[in-house]
Amino acid sequence: MFENLSHLALQEYWWVIVSLLGALLVFLLFVQGGQTLIYRLGKTEGEQNILVNALGRKWEFTFTTLVTFGGAFFASFPLFYSTSFGGAYWVWMAILFAFILQAVSYEYRKKPNNFLGTKTFDAFLFINGLLATVLLGAAVSTFFTGSAFSVDKMNLLNLSGNKMPIISSWETPFHGLEAVWTTAHLAFLQNLALGLAVFFLSRVLALLYFQRIIDNTEIINRTKKCLKLNTVLFLVFFLFWLIRLMLIDGFAVNPDTKEVFMEPNKYLHNLLERPVILAILLIGVVGVLLGLFNSIIKNKDNGIWFAGVGTVLTVLALFFIAGFNNTAFYPSTFGDLQSSLTIENSSSSHFTLTAMSYVSLLVPFVLAYIIYAWRKMDKTKITEEEINSDSHSY
Amino acid sequence: MENIDWGLVDWSRAQFALTAMYHWIFVPLTLGLSFLIAIMETIYVKTGNPAWKKTTKFWMTLFGINFAIGVATGIILEFEFGTNWSNYSWFVGDIFGAPLAIEGIMAFFMESTFIAIMFFGWQKVSKKVHLTSTWLVAIGSNLSALWILAANGWMQNPTGMQFNPDTVRNEMNNFWEVLFNPAAINKFLHTITSAYVLASIFVIGVSAWFLIKKRNTDFAKKSMIIASVFGFFSILYTIGTGDGSAKVVAKYQPMKLAAIEGLYEGSTEADLVAFGFVGGEKTKPEVSGIKLPGMLSWLSFGDSKKFVPGIKDLVEGNPDQGILSYNERIEKGKLSIDALAEYKNAMKSGDTENAEIALTVFKDNFEHFGYGYYFGKDPNLLVPNVKLSFYSFHIMVILGAFFLLFFILTFLYSFKNKFQGKNWLLWLSIWTIPLVYIAQQTGWIVAEVGRQPWVIQDLMPNIAAVSQIDKSTVQITFFLFFAVFTALLIAEFKIMFTQIKKAKDINTNENIGGTN
Repeated sequence: MFENLSHLALQEYWWVIVSLLGALLVFLLFVQGGQTLIYRLGKTEGEQNILVNALGRKWEFTFTTLVTFGGAFFASFPLFYSTSFGGAYWVWMAILFAFILQAVSYEYRKKPNNFLGTKTFDAFLFINGLLATVLLGAAVSTFFTGSAFSVDKMNLLNLSGNKMPIISSWETPFHGLEAVWTTAHLAFLQNLALGLAVFFLSRVLALLYFQRIIDNTEIINRTKKCLKLNTVLFLVFFLFWLIRLMLIDGFAVNPDTKEVFMEPNKYLHNLLERPVILAILLIGVVGVLLGLFNSIIKNKDNGIWFAGVGTVLTVLALFFIAGFNNTAFYPSTFGDLQSSLTIENSSSSHFTLTAMSYVSLLVPFVLAYIIYAWRKMDKTKITEEEINSDSHSY
Repeated sequence: MENIDWGLVDWSRAQFALTAMYHWIFVPLTLGLSFLIAIMETIYVKTGNPAWKKTTKFWMTLFGINFAIGVATGIILEFEFGTNWSNYSWFVGDIFGAPLAIEGIMAFFMESTFIAIMFFGWQKVSKKVHLTSTWLVAIGSNLSALWILAANGWMQNPTGMQFNPDTVRNEMNNFWEVLFNPAAINKFLHTITSAYVLASIFVIGVSAWFLIKKRNTDFAKKSMIIASVFGFFSILYTIGTGDGSAKVVAKYQPMKLAAIEGLYEGSTEADLVAFGFVGGEKTKPEVSGIKLPGMLSWLSFGDSKKFVPGIKDLVEGNPDQGILSYNERIEKGKLSIDALAEYKNAMKSGDTENAEIALTVFKDNFEHFGYGYYFGKDPNLLVPNVKLSFYSFHIMVILGAFFLLFFILTFLYSFKNKFQGKNWLLWLSIWTIPLVYIAQQTGWIVAEVGRQPWVIQDLMPNIAAVSQIDKSTVQITFFLFFAVFTALLIAEFKIMFTQIKKAKDINTNENIGGTN
């Protein structure tokens, strides 16, 4: 089946899979957003426990999606994996440290004799919530604003020069952190805006999730107040980022020569030339707004589903804008534009993408059992009594 | 090769070693305990005896504490291939990335989805759904081990691929050869069965503590029986697959075999060191101790007459045995690398004739490709740390033999219900816990130090695999990891010990043991 597809078709298929994982990851970052709200929404220890347990039953989905996102990127676009992770070292390391802290915090926070104390583990959860969202958002923004790296495969064959035989080099000593202060083309504004947009989006989604899953009047009342402010902040940063994205020059690829060049309004062109992507983006944005409308205006508790699906579709569309329609998805701004990565020049071989495509057929089964488990576990709302009656709680 | 930043290479290795060793403190217990829990819960569902439910839940709590920190240390390893070994990630990403992605899709989601039901679903799903979830957690965690260990095995014996000169990387051409290559199969079986051994000893040791304290005795006896049976069969399998691993090493990684045995000069009817010490120079070891005549040849090749090459044979060559010296391999490796560069340049300028010639030279010498990076350097740099490899290997083997005796004893005593009162055996059970952790760590030292400097055997040495970052940057992250992991390890120990101690108050004989 897959072996008959062209290499380009497989590359596009895998860009869709990676984009889907990225989109699901952004949605699941509601766990991180929620972690920054525990003390804002929970005024008593009991309320804080409710919030932590509501998130604690979902944190592993986010974590696993991040790991799978990384693995899938490695398998399908290894040149991106080696260039970005080896180059933007500090950014990825900061994200990873944040996730290390998260992984133990739920399980350890309330356990007796836990060495660091509940407050410290809760602080770890806050740090994870803040760093993971802002940094992942800023990192994704560099898919459009570019990074200072170069790629030369001939380096691997250079035994006599004064360089290490390494093909990808990051050309700043800050290894990715410069994304938030690079002034050229106001890249820092763009990157920071998406970082903050993802941060506030994750909080918005968390608030909607709490409204759906928690049965506690005090907490729910606080989520309603909190939602309005976070919604405004999310919309300000996201719309700034999106509108500016439509106006900036983008990294286009000549389909015949594969040469990368700057094209004015490239990302706007991508939307106009690929109406399907435009439709996905619009449906996604409407979904998010509908979720917020349902919660804020109609006072319903199902906002998370509309906003969740909307988030997945919106992020999916953004990844499609970055990678499809002859666009370099990981552009190099260091002198040579030709180091930029495209889905064609950074992908795995036809054979590997074919083999992996068969593996991807498992994805619907995985999604099916996740939905089954999620429904079973969320049949009843979370209350303080329910947590106390359970033999295992965080 | 003055261009090599040896400090960067060493610190990158140190960071990977640090994270891998910390990770492996927790993973084997997860792998083994998940099955032990699943077995215990199965007995509960079959018999309906609530004592088994309490037993299951107790071990499940310890599992959760251990699992969390295993996850925390594991995420780093996956991403470190990119952050610290970026050249490697490009050179073999076409092959190596696939198992990591499959691990995520197939195993991690299974684990993380059903672990939520396992911990929080007792009152939300039926007994059978809960039991199925517990088994799926065990299967998921062991499946994840399959994929990452297959990937590791492939690095030690790269198969199922070919080099593509146009993309300058290795590309997969046979998925099943990658998955089922002999090094991968042995690595997986040896590693997971050794993990079952660790978990069994952990359960026996903790149970022994309860018996010494005369608390929760029925619960402790129940746990001991399950762990003794599971552990006994696991150690048999571990020893069997260990033998298989040695044969694979002898065939594909002769230098590793020479290093772990401290064998300087090879011979037919080579002796196996049962117990000994290494002296001599760094790359010219002299071993003294008890040796078993001809056993190394026999264990390596199933024939005591076979020649086992030593470090000298491999470094200096042995024409009688058809072994090229490292200098010759370095020359050929350089020829291969230069020919590939010529091919690329010729293709760029449209000179297909010279490109063809260069390609032939490249292919003819490709099996030595990685040696080319040592051109102009001392070939002894291709010898791993002999002392570390030797002692790690022998400690692992001696402990493995001890565990076999240990399980025979626990198997017999727990079945005859004669454990209680045998304080020497109970204390032995407790002190065997740190020993099995030592055995696990030494096992990985053998596997990973013994293969140095190869990241991919014969094709890519560590000096050509690292990322281009400053040494000081890696030093900072090394110490950050060290500090964070150590703090979390202390937290884990304290929580674990407290949970075990606390169990004496929660689960008295009456409420955990029952009369069944």
